[in-house]
Amino acid sequence: MIVASGLKYQARELKIVGTRPLRPDGVDKVTGRARYGADISLPGQLIGKVLRSPHAHARIKSIDTSAAAALPGVKAVISRDDFADMAEEYAAAGELTINFRDVTRNMMAREKVLYDGHPVAAVAATSEAIARAALKLIKVDYEILPHVIDVIAALRPDAPLLHEEQYTEGVNPRPARPSNLAKRLEFARGNVEAGFAAADTIVEREFTTKPVHQGYIEPQACLASYSEDGQAELWTSTQGHFVFRAQCAKLLQMEISKIRVTPTEIGGGFGGKNNIYNEPLAIALSRKSHRPVKMVMTREEVFRATGPTSGGHVKVRLGATRDGRITAATAELSFQAGAFPGSSVAPASMCAFTRYDLENVRVIGNDVTVNRPKVAAYRAPGAPIAAFAVESAIDEMAKKLGIAPIEFRLINAAREGTQTYYGPKLGKIGYIETLEAARAHPHYRAPLGPGHGRGIATGFWFNIGNETTAALNINEDGTATLIMGTIDVAGGSRAAMAMMVAEELGIPFDRVRPHIGDTSSLGFNFITAGSRGTFAGGMACVVAARDAIEKLRDRVARIREVPLEAVLWKDGHAVPAEGSARQFAPMSLAEIAGQAGKTGGPIAGHAELNVQGAGPGFGAHIVDVEVDRQTGSIKILRYTAVQDVGRAIHPAYVEGQLQGGVVQGIGWALNEEYVYDADGILANPGFLDYRIPVASDLPFIDTVIVEVANPNHPYGVRGCGEVPIIAPLAAIANAVENALGIRFYDLPMAPPKVLQAIDEAAAAASKA
Amino acid sequence: MSEMRYEAPKTLAAAVALLAAASGGARILAGGTDLLIQLRTGRIEPSLLVDIKGIPEMTSIVADSSGFRLGAAVTLMQLTEHQALAQEWPGVIDGIKFIGSIQVKGRATLGGNLCNASPAADSVPALIAAGAVASIIGPAGRRETPVAEIATGPGRTTLTPGEIVTALLLPRQARHSGDAYLRFTPRTEMDIAVVGAAVHLTLDERGICSQARVALGAVASRALLVPEAAAAVIGTRVDGPALACLAEAARAASQPIDDKRGTREFRLRIVGVMAQRAAEIALDRARRNS
Repeated sequence: MIVASGLKYQARELKIVGTRPLRPDGVDKVTGRARYGADISLPGQLIGKVLRSPHAHARIKSIDTSAAAALPGVKAVISRDDFADMAEEYAAAGELTINFRDVTRNMMAREKVLYDGHPVAAVAATSEAIARAALKLIKVDYEILPHVIDVIAALRPDAPLLHEEQYTEGVNPRPARPSNLAKRLEFARGNVEAGFAAADTIVEREFTTKPVHQGYIEPQACLASYSEDGQAELWTSTQGHFVFRAQCAKLLQMEISKIRVTPTEIGGGFGGKNNIYNEPLAIALSRKSHRPVKMVMTREEVFRATGPTSGGHVKVRLGATRDGRITAATAELSFQAGAFPGSSVAPASMCAFTRYDLENVRVIGNDVTVNRPKVAAYRAPGAPIAAFAVESAIDEMAKKLGIAPIEFRLINAAREGTQTYYGPKLGKIGYIETLEAARAHPHYRAPLGPGHGRGIATGFWFNIGNETTAALNINEDGTATLIMGTIDVAGGSRAAMAMMVAEELGIPFDRVRPHIGDTSSLGFNFITAGSRGTFAGGMACVVAARDAIEKLRDRVARIREVPLEAVLWKDGHAVPAEGSARQFAPMSLAEIAGQAGKTGGPIAGHAELNVQGAGPGFGAHIVDVEVDRQTGSIKILRYTAVQDVGRAIHPAYVEGQLQGGVVQGIGWALNEEYVYDADGILANPGFLDYRIPVASDLPFIDTVIVEVANPNHPYGVRGCGEVPIIAPLAAIANAVENALGIRFYDLPMAPPKVLQAIDEAAAAASKA
Repeated sequence: MSEMRYEAPKTLAAAVALLAAASGGARILAGGTDLLIQLRTGRIEPSLLVDIKGIPEMTSIVADSSGFRLGAAVTLMQLTEHQALAQEWPGVIDGIKFIGSIQVKGRATLGGNLCNASPAADSVPALIAAGAVASIIGPAGRRETPVAEIATGPGRTTLTPGEIVTALLLPRQARHSGDAYLRFTPRTEMDIAVVGAAVHLTLDERGICSQARVALGAVASRALLVPEAAAAVIGTRVDGPALACLAEAARAASQPIDDKRGTREFRLRIVGVMAQRAAEIALDRARRNS
């Protein structure tokens, strides 16, 4: 039995890892054959649609579904009465924690609707047109309540209250009155008062960011079929089918073994597909109608009701000595959690300063409920919001001290052994190597055009491991079928897994075919979150491959009648150990596999792990911008993302992750935001007015892969998907400051805001 | 449950008859890039769709000595690929190219962009600046009306029930003339104009502007023809001071609103910038057109 904790990094010559083969899922995606959530259908299926709240905040006085149920073609109508109420019970879902009391209320409103788009009822009908018509026949009597969207407004004593029983957690004594402050966190180390007293210079600033959506291209889609013997099958576009199974089982009060979830291809998730939405509704509608039920969200529903990330307010204070040592750092982060508690303020608080080796730190995180959809994870949840504030303040401090921004970061850089303020000491990390690679890049030295500006910022993310399984079946012809339980969220992890398995087995990449197994084919896997896919999934695949190799060696030892130690595995063959007295004719994988039936039966490797030892990732970004001083429009001229990924199994897909993260960060910095009207109704629920960047908005995003191996992974993998979205917000703000001499504290840096700031600066200059 | 009927007549007469008989509740379907979205969101629930893409007169481009006759249902991609049109009316093509993606332009039409009557329609200001005329057929026969007089407000036109815009008529471009359209959007593509500005101008032999037309989009309830802005450059070399006057006149003529795409204040701030930049491009094109 292979023990995962024994799989330390070993530098060795590699044949496949580090090359760039075509991804196994590529052809089907290019030809359109790939099956996404909405592509799955069953005979006799119904179409399910959701009635959503038209109010930001209202009490539900009554729901009358009788007219809808009576409409010909309508086969089932459900509302809050079709689901059991849930007690407070917490569970992990990606990087965020969920509470089933809230999950059931978010899936289907009970006492109140808490945001525009909150589900109130659902119908299943023989056509979408009938389902839509039925929704119009459902009568909901609302008592409209005052609402609050902004995080600072929600903290005011007189703010409209979302949850009458919500008393702030984490403060002592317990508050006398309920409030929208669900939880207050504090992380501290050292003595910040003494640290600030020792500082020569202090920078203190406040920053705000707007809520932004993950912006995945494929809207949520699922198909459920509930049979008369109480078994449910579910096909859905998800980042974690095992976690969806568990949540559906809990919400529908079913046994886990009675639900089988098959994940479809996923058209992006970025944390937004860590959570169930329509899945339990589809199962409940199928149970009630005795027909399969398909539910596909519209883009408008995706915007109104699925998890965006928080808008945030961050106060930062930094103290430093003249020679550039940071003596103290504090931050208070207030995050919109949306309608229910549980924002990403905790990881954001932990990430805020963890690029620096600091003696004196205090970070406070506030988790605040507001009348918006419950937030979901979004790529390095919360970290970009914290980094926007901290890396802007670091830039300002470096400027005040007259130290180049990369040098200032190097002076204070976290390294192996640095004590974090949230708990562990950092292990082997590559922040310094990343900064040095950025400094050595030609971009850092390239001359700037007139009026252009350059900015630098950096990011840190933990990366995670968790429960992971894999099975590797050696086929009769010596090829291998790899069944993974960790979803390939389209980043290319299937390719990376197959590469590691091929490397282990010593066979060509295309002889290993990877598939994502359904929940009945493998043991539990955690969600693909926390950049764990290639790290933890890879660990499971390597363990499964080594398990298979051990069985292959054992089979050869018995065929050749030699001791197991006399058999080595090399280049896809069982060969005699060098110098062993028991020499024998080598056997290829295909030869062993061909005889497997006669020598003991089929051969397979397995892994069931809780993977530990994730290696944190660091990124350093350089960006050049041009600002149109007459319109306020910001153009990204050049962008270089440098990142320590531990080891790039498939460098092209790592580069793709870096580029994708940067692009999402650019959108967050420049244009993306939820716009609410005076009634708390989302005014821009579509890609026309919610502006993610398009290709022509962007330069080629250059990438530099730094490889400081993670000692706790056989190939040194750290994970790479989340770090690249953290730095862009601050890097761009720092570049704009460099171009204009104006620092922006509020995102997005949309043209009207930029133009107004330019005008104000000009007016101030002419007065002076 | 209401039913929707779909008809695809082969002649203008049949289309007019269908629309006249429908007594409201009918919509004309050309490329469908606006209509289908309105249908999907439930904003409209027509009882009849009249698809006019099967009518030859509406899907052809005719270029002769008098100018261009652009069928109202010709796709925008076909227009961008028409070399003579692009040569003579680059500003009209500027506007067309801004609309949607290549895929959207493969479906969308000039007639649709005009009759959807969005104040931000990208093809309309350049057509107005070019002096384009809409050819219309209806129960009462045919008529011709300047493009500037079609839209009256968001989604509203001067077309009477049963009328169809069949073609847009552009004259031949005069020598020493040039046109241009520019818009401001937060994104470079796939966006809706926050402000749009089109300029058409003609120079005499000495390089003095002898004729100009300036049209603005997204700064009022419909695209505006602004004679005051044109007057600011007529009789000048379209130099700095003249352009500043043009920009100021454009600002003065604008009556924008606050909406999710831009504030009134921001629109007023940049309408002059866009008009001036469009004039500079038109001037350059006029100088090259000898």
